[in-house]
Amino acid sequence: MKVLVPVKRVVDYNVKVRVKSDGSGVDVSNVKMSMNPFDEIAVEEAVRLKEKGIVSEVIAVSCGVAACQETLRTAMAIGADRGILIETSEELQPLAVAKLLKVLVNKEQPQLIILGKQAIDDDCNQTGQMLAALAGLPQATFASKLDVAGDKATVTREVDGGLETITIDLPAVVTTDLRLNEPRYVTLPNIMKAKKKPLEVLKPADLDVDVTSRIKTLKVSEPPKRRAGVKVADVAALLTQLKNEAKVI
Amino acid sequence: MTALVIAEHDNQHLKIATNHAVTAASRLGGGVHVLVAGADAKAVADQAAQIAGVSRVLLAEGPSLAEGLAENVAAQVLAIASSYTHILFPATAMGKNVAPRVAATLDVAQVTDITKVIGPDTYERPIYAGNAIATVQSTDKTQVITVRTTGFDAASASGGSALVEAIPAVADGGKSCFIGRSVTKSDRPELTAAKIIVSGGRAMGSSDKFTEVLTPLADKLGAALGASRAAVDAGYAPNDWQVGQTGKIVAPQLYIACGISGAIQHLAGMKDSKVIVAINKDGEAPIFSVADYGLEADLFVVVPELVASL
Repeated sequence: MKVLVPVKRVVDYNVKVRVKSDGSGVDVSNVKMSMNPFDEIAVEEAVRLKEKGIVSEVIAVSCGVAACQETLRTAMAIGADRGILIETSEELQPLAVAKLLKVLVNKEQPQLIILGKQAIDDDCNQTGQMLAALAGLPQATFASKLDVAGDKATVTREVDGGLETITIDLPAVVTTDLRLNEPRYVTLPNIMKAKKKPLEVLKPADLDVDVTSRIKTLKVSEPPKRRAGVKVADVAALLTQLKNEAKVI
Repeated sequence: MTALVIAEHDNQHLKIATNHAVTAASRLGGGVHVLVAGADAKAVADQAAQIAGVSRVLLAEGPSLAEGLAENVAAQVLAIASSYTHILFPATAMGKNVAPRVAATLDVAQVTDITKVIGPDTYERPIYAGNAIATVQSTDKTQVITVRTTGFDAASASGGSALVEAIPAVADGGKSCFIGRSVTKSDRPELTAAKIIVSGGRAMGSSDKFTEVLTPLADKLGAALGASRAAVDAGYAPNDWQVGQTGKIVAPQLYIACGISGAIQHLAGMKDSKVIVAINKDGEAPIFSVADYGLEADLFVVVPELVASL
């Protein structure tokens, strides 16, 4: 069975972004970019399924600028077999990405689509669910455990207050949560090997998808700053402050 | 112009997250209806009817809706979606799971995690883990929204007298099946609804220490327990305790961060707390830059001391 793993190129999770002074967005020039951490977990999970012999091919796909090829190479260094870039310099919102992915799902017919539950830049948490809806597939979001057997997957999901287990018929969409796995370190030989793996480049127009943004960003501003308070000397001083000044206990 | 709020519940009790979403819906300026999709959930509908500002409650009951499977709940919302200009979900695990399915099927974008309503199609929402606030305008005919509960006060649970109207439940989609749930049973308040939260980080050192040191403090204060992503990654605390960009967003009256350094992604989940206390050995830890009261000390010494003095 084939697995499709959509991956997003985002500002690295260690970078504290700065809002541009004209309020038009955040400054992402010259900052380190990486694969969205949840997508890395998705690639790892797909590769592990391949190593277990359940999956025959892992296809990584990314939508965005030409530099997303690097993200796809990283996915292939983890173990994806090939990459597809849907290249555009337009801003892509989750609905547009879901539409692009749906066309690829129709074309490649994967039994599983595994992707991160959210991207750490726009924090949307939408693409997987939208793809599932558009493709008419069942979904298991926020997965912390995934078992594939025959034409079904059993998924443990992280929900408010605990865990929930569901089974879904394949093909299906699974979105990853933090504890699904710990992605491997990419080794140099695998980085070299990844350079030779096939990478196909398509355009949204090739897939006949309109990627026009539906949501306009009017402005981006700094959040209200929280100012640092005071250091207290000991527990007694802390309690005095909490009782008398803050009045919270 | 009427907004539909999808209720968060467990078939018996309406969850307070719903009330926060009702407040957001009221700010849009039109009427507010609530959909309760569940099984044997009449009690939930009656509670929803009491919420101030709600004019109608739609109750869909059936086995397909018993466990909140995304495919079925989305289908239920879609069955009545055409009557509404706005469809709002609380940004809970349920809301996040279902809302994008509804939006995509309607061929509209979704606005995630709004923290402020500026106008009937314009909202504020945090991006980049709350390091920037975007003002966004949706151009779609139906606005599908998830509401960050900490951004809006909860609408009063009493004072309303909405009509409860039963509507037919959708059939089971048949492609997914609920197996089980293991919900942590606890006498503590829920993390997202707690007035006080005691939270631990990687410095707790082990799962045993986490429990041994922080539980007595939480007990004394009637607080919920939280954890940083580092503590969850290390296996010291369950994931549903995780506070941060990738966990829960909280805004209690008092947040006590013990042995938490204050990574961007953690701050994103708690920096709207009214009062923040940081206890950390490292005087340079970034958590001190957002804390109202910082205690630079060994938590294993001062937390028990704190418990003894309360």
